[in-house]
Amino acid sequence: MSELLKTGVPDFSNWSCPLPLVGYPTIVMGHGGGGKLGNELVEHLFLPSFRNPALENLGDAALLDVQAGKIAMSTDSFVVQPLFFPGGNIGELAVNGTVNDLAVSGAVPRFLSASFILEEGFPLAQLAAIVGSMAKAAATAGVKIVTGDTKVVEHGHGDGCYINTAGIGVVREGIQVGPHRAQAGDVVLVSGTIGDHGMAIMSVREGLEFESQIRSDCAALNGMIGDVLNVARGAVHAMRDPTRGGLASTLNEIAQSSRVGVVIDEASLPVRTEVQSACELLGLDPVYVANEGKAVFFVAEEAADTVLALLRAHPLGREAARIGQVTAQHKGMLVARTAMGSNRVIPTQIGEQLPRIC
Amino acid sequence: MVLLPEYKVVAMCLAIPGKVEEISFNGLIRVGRVNFGGVVKNVCLDYVPEVEVGDYTIVHVGFAISKIDEETAKQTLEDFRTLGLLDEELASEEEAFARAAKAPQSRCPDGSCGEK
Amino acid sequence: MKYLTEFRNGEIAQRMAREIHSVATRPWKIMEVCGGQTHSIIRNGIDQMLPAGIEMIHGPGCPVCVTPLELIDKALAIAAQPGVIFCSFGDMLRVPGTEQDLFQVKGTGGDVRVVYSPLDAVELAANNPDREVVFFGVGFETTAPANAMSVHLAKRRGLKNFSVLVSHVLVPPAIEAILQSPGNRVQGFLLAGHVCSVMGYWEYPPIAEKYGVPLVVTGFEPLDLLDGIRRTVIQLEAGRHEVENAYSRVVTFEGNRAAQKLLSEVFEVSDRAWRGIGVIPKSGWKLSEAYREFDAEERFEISGIHTEESALCRAGDVLRGAIKPAECAAFGKECTPRHPLGATMVSSEGACAAYFNYGRFLSAEELASAGSALTGAAHE
Repeated sequence: MSELLKTGVPDFSNWSCPLPLVGYPTIVMGHGGGGKLGNELVEHLFLPSFRNPALENLGDAALLDVQAGKIAMSTDSFVVQPLFFPGGNIGELAVNGTVNDLAVSGAVPRFLSASFILEEGFPLAQLAAIVGSMAKAAATAGVKIVTGDTKVVEHGHGDGCYINTAGIGVVREGIQVGPHRAQAGDVVLVSGTIGDHGMAIMSVREGLEFESQIRSDCAALNGMIGDVLNVARGAVHAMRDPTRGGLASTLNEIAQSSRVGVVIDEASLPVRTEVQSACELLGLDPVYVANEGKAVFFVAEEAADTVLALLRAHPLGREAARIGQVTAQHKGMLVARTAMGSNRVIPTQIGEQLPRIC
Repeated sequence: MVLLPEYKVVAMCLAIPGKVEEISFNGLIRVGRVNFGGVVKNVCLDYVPEVEVGDYTIVHVGFAISKIDEETAKQTLEDFRTLGLLDEELASEEEAFARAAKAPQSRCPDGSCGEK
Repeated sequence: MKYLTEFRNGEIAQRMAREIHSVATRPWKIMEVCGGQTHSIIRNGIDQMLPAGIEMIHGPGCPVCVTPLELIDKALAIAAQPGVIFCSFGDMLRVPGTEQDLFQVKGTGGDVRVVYSPLDAVELAANNPDREVVFFGVGFETTAPANAMSVHLAKRRGLKNFSVLVSHVLVPPAIEAILQSPGNRVQGFLLAGHVCSVMGYWEYPPIAEKYGVPLVVTGFEPLDLLDGIRRTVIQLEAGRHEVENAYSRVVTFEGNRAAQKLLSEVFEVSDRAWRGIGVIPKSGWKLSEAYREFDAEERFEISGIHTEESALCRAGDVLRGAIKPAECAAFGKECTPRHPLGATMVSSEGACAAYFNYGRFLSAEELASAGSALTGAAHE
C-alpha cells in the first residue's frame, strides 16, 4: 500500500494476463489508429477481459436484446488523478459511476460502453490493470461492457488515461423517482459515511499518512438500491449518488428541482474519524467532498424506518443513517442544524473544490 | 500534469492539536511525528523543547508552537460542564441538560426550523 | 480529535449560551480580532446563540486581507518573472491585485506553487539552485515563528536563491488603532488565542488600562468562544477592564520564549500599511539587518506599480468592523469567492468569505433573493 501512496501506481510484477500482449510495453499512436496495433489491443486485452457475445461480434454497434419498457441511459467521463488510489482506480470508477447513475434513476443497469483516450507512452501494464478492474466491477454489478473505442493522443496531452462510459438500463415497473419528486415531510437518508472517496484521493495528492488508510468507497449500488425498491418502491421519491461536490451539492440540487427546503442535522452525518481529521487538517468540509459508493434517499416518512433497515442489512449500507427531512419552507435551500443547535445555510459548492476527483 | 492548487486552503490561524508519537533529529531541526486524530505528519519541534513523546501540541503550518497542558484542559472542561448547574434549583443534571437542549434556539431566517 | 471534539459539545454550548443570556442586562459590542475566530463564530452560529443585544464585530484579523494592494501587485510582478518559483499559502492564490491574481499568473506561465509550510519553500530553494525561490510571508504573530525559522535555516544552509516577501502584522497595535478611531463602537475584545500562544499576553494590560476595555484571550472552538464572550460580558456588566486568559490550556502569560527569541533576531518592528485601514505605526515586522539579504522587496526592485482598488469593494469597512459583509451591495452579486472584488471574500480568514460560505444574509427576503445568487447563474 505504501508503494501505491508513493507513486500512485500499483506493483505489476505479479500481474498475469490471460494472453500475452505482443511487443509494446507502452501505448503508441498506432494503438488508436484502428489498424493492426489497435486490433491487437482489442484481441489481447479488451475482449478477453470483458468477454461477452455482444462484444465478440466486434461490429460497429452492439446489438442487444432488451425487455420492453422504458430505457434509461447515462454517460460520464472520468478524468481522476491519480489513476490508482487506495480503494480503487479510474476503471472501477468508470464502471460503477455509470451503473450508479442508472440505478438511482430507478433502472436496472444492463449494458455499458467503454471509450478510452490514452496518452502516447502510457504503460500497457497500467491499462491492463485498469481494464481488469473494469471487468471485475462489471461482473460484480451484473452488467456487460458491449462496445468501446480507443483513441491515442500525443505525449503531453491526455494525462495518461481518460475513460468515458455510457450505460443503458431498464426502468423498473412502477418506479416514479426523480430529483423533482421530493415532498415536504420526506425523510432524508444517506447510505453510509461521507467524504471517503475525495479524501482517499487527497491523501495521495497531499502525501498524507494515516494510522488507518482512508479508502475510496467506490462501489456499484444497484444491488442495495434494488433491495430497497423491491420492498418500498412507492415510498422512494428521489435518489441520487453524491459524487462531485459531495452531499451538499446533491441535496441542494434536489431541493431546487423539487422546490422544497431540506434540513439536515450535522451531528447525524456519518463521517469516518480519519476523514474528519484529514478535513480539519486541509480546511475542507466533508459535506462538499466527493463520494463514489453512497446514495441519498428521499423517502416518505412512514417508510423511513423500513428503508433504513433495508440499507443497513446490505454490506454497502451498514452505516446508513437518517440525516434530515424535507420542509415546505426556505424552498430551494439546504439548511443544517449545527451541533451547537444553531442553523446555517449550506450553499451549493461554488466552483471546483477538489479538481479531477472522478 | 498541472493540478489546480486552489483547493489548498489553509487558514492562517488554523492550528490543530496533535499527539507526538516519535521524536528525531534530521540534522537541522528536531522533528516530531505527530498524530492528528489518525492523520500523521512530521512537524518541527524546535519551538517546544519541553515537548516529549506522548505530549499534545498545537501545530501551525508545520511548526509546533505550544504544548497543551492536559491538566488545565481537563479542568477547563470540568468547569464548562458544571457551568450554570448552581442555577438549577432542584433539578438533576440530566434534567438540566434536557431543559437546556429544549430552550429557544436560533431559528432558520424565516422561522421554520425551530422544531424538529 | 482529542482536545478539539470535546470543545464542540453542543449541550454544554447551549448551557453556556444560557449563562450569557442570564448575565447580560444591556447591549454590548465585542470584537473578535482573529479571522479564524470569525469563521468559527459564523460557521457554528455562535452569534445566533447570543442574546440579541450582544453584537460580535468582526475585526481585521485576516493577514491576507490587510496585505496592501501594492504588495500584492509586487508579488504578482515577481511571480511573473522567468526563473522565479513563487511560493505562497493556498488562499493567496485568488486574492485580486489591480489587474490579476496569482492564479492567473500561474495560468500564463508563472511558476506559482502552493505550500503548507515555509520550510517547503526552503527545500525548493535547496533543490533548485538555478532558480530564485520567493516565499510570500504573510501572517500575524502565529505564523511569524515558522517564517523566522525558515529564513534562519536558509541562512544556516547558505542558500543564495531564497527570499521572503514579508507582510507581517501585529495584533496589539491594531487593537489600539481600532480603539483610537473616532466612532469606535467596540467595548471589549476577544484576543487571538494562537497569536497569544506565541507572544503571551503581557502586552495587553497597559491597553486594557489605558482604554478601559476588557481583553480576554480566547480559543477557536465553540466552547472556547462562548467562554471568552461570557467572561467579557461579565466584566462589562461589572464595569471591569482586565486581561483574562480563557485559553489557558495553550496560552501562558509570557508566551513561547523560544519563538520570541528567534523572532527578535530575525525581525524588527516597522510601520505597516493595512489594506482598507491605512498606516498603523509600529504595527508590522520587517527583516532585521542580519537577515535583510533575504528580503524579496530589496532583491527584486519592482517599480512602476500603479494600484487601483475596486470601486465597489467595501473590504476596508468590513475589516474595520463598520459593516457586516452582507451589508455590502456587491456581496453575493458582483463579489463571490469565485470572482472576488477584495481579499476578504477569498481569504480563508476573511469575514466576507465566512458570510458567503456559511450562507449568511440579512433577512429572510434577502435570503431568498440571495439564494438565487448562490445557486442560479453559472459563474464560468
